[in-house]
Amino acid sequence: MEIPNDLHYTIEHEWVRMKNNRATIGITDFAQGQLGDVVFVELPAEGTELTKGSPFGVVESVKTVSDIYAPVTAKVVKVNKDLESQPELVNSDPYGQGWMIEIEFLNSNPEQNLLSAAQYIEQCKDQE
Amino acid sequence: MVHNNTKDLKVTPLIDLHKELGAKLVPFAGWNMPIQFSGVLSEHICVREKVGLFDVSHMGEIEIKGKDAKNFLQFLLSNNMEKMLDGSVLYSLMCYESGGVVDDLLVYRFSENHYFLCVNASNSSKDYSWVEKQASSFNVNIKNISNETSQLALQGPFAKNVLQNLCDISLNDLPYYNFRKGRINNVESIISRTGYTGEDGFELYLSPEKVSEVFRLIMEQGLPYGIQPIGLGARDTLRIEMGYPLYGNEIDDNPTPLDAGLGWVVKFNKGEFLGRESLLKQKEKKEQRQKLVGLKLLDRGVPRAHYHISKNGEPVGEVASGTFSPTLKTGIGLCYVTKESEIGNHLDVKIRDQLVPAEVVKLPFVPSRVKK
Repeated sequence: MEIPNDLHYTIEHEWVRMKNNRATIGITDFAQGQLGDVVFVELPAEGTELTKGSPFGVVESVKTVSDIYAPVTAKVVKVNKDLESQPELVNSDPYGQGWMIEIEFLNSNPEQNLLSAAQYIEQCKDQE
Repeated sequence: MVHNNTKDLKVTPLIDLHKELGAKLVPFAGWNMPIQFSGVLSEHICVREKVGLFDVSHMGEIEIKGKDAKNFLQFLLSNNMEKMLDGSVLYSLMCYESGGVVDDLLVYRFSENHYFLCVNASNSSKDYSWVEKQASSFNVNIKNISNETSQLALQGPFAKNVLQNLCDISLNDLPYYNFRKGRINNVESIISRTGYTGEDGFELYLSPEKVSEVFRLIMEQGLPYGIQPIGLGARDTLRIEMGYPLYGNEIDDNPTPLDAGLGWVVKFNKGEFLGRESLLKQKEKKEQRQKLVGLKLLDRGVPRAHYHISKNGEPVGEVASGTFSPTLKTGIGLCYVTKESEIGNHLDVKIRDQLVPAEVVKLPFVPSRVKK
């Protein structure tokens, strides 16, 4: 299982790649492995405002439906349209081509309450 | 990601082998069963294009012996036992007086004094009690042989090639819905040309002590054909593509067989049987309270059980079973509707807060390739 060091994480298995006042968000390798084959991803429209901790999208595998939660309070500036026709990118490249949304932070200290890679690894161990 | 307490669950003799093969195990009908190995999509496609091996040892088996065996089953079940020959298999329903379904099952006939029923795991003990209770005025001996019977299903276009190399009966002489006793590399087995996938294939009933050995042998023999172990996830997507009912979804103690489109296994002309009167009333009144149809989504999305279906905002029914179809690469559902059931009609499936357009299509969703 891959958990890159340079990302932030949530206990709900989202990852956050920060860059200045923006970030890219997706679900982790652990999450995609637990879900199995992803067949559908529902994402918000550009411009949507997200509240930290609230569901902003849905990822469906053949057998399950799971919410995706906003790791931070933010505005959606870009959505990965490739996932409409290739939802399997979430399985094959969760931290790369399987990214879901790009956001602009709406509050300061966005990394507050997010997990480091080391903390997230501990989290996953408990759930395996 | 929730971990259920698995210690009260029953396991099949293959549990360690499943773990070895990387299965993801989940509780199903009181059993700890593999839901997937490599992944539902690849397993599904493997069965459609090559061959797959399923552990279905959780299924229940009930043996019926005695001089009234045939007459008893004629009374107990909706299908007609008169047409069965020794060595044949018949799909039937077992109904309540109300016409609701106790279970759907396969009847195996050794002789007119000896049969066994293969029933759903989720209904196994309920079925056994029900069968026993109905048998009081018949000279029959009823035995729950589930614990001494394991079951494998070998399904897919290469199933015959794989099994023929291992067994001592000629599979070319075994027609669909027939079975023979045979040996699979010296292990006694009932070899039945049946399945729940819509592909050619076999269901094998054998002793729990020998099932691991046979499972390994088949996997080895299937290697050149691209065989994979298949979990219950793909078993479900395969059967939904075929429009095959699953107890608890399409049939239950409430929808009747006529609602479910299973009138073809209800033989009113055969004489008295449990549920006949109620079902006949429903049939004569032409009272179709609801009808099971196939819906294919016209846009992205996956229909799931209990999602609501509407036409121009008016509710018309709900989804009984739904999935992403690995073959059609679109969302499909088996759905109960009270109107608008004609092929080609456009309906809406409510997925979360969106109405997704769908079309009523002819079942099965994917053509069956069983060897009739």
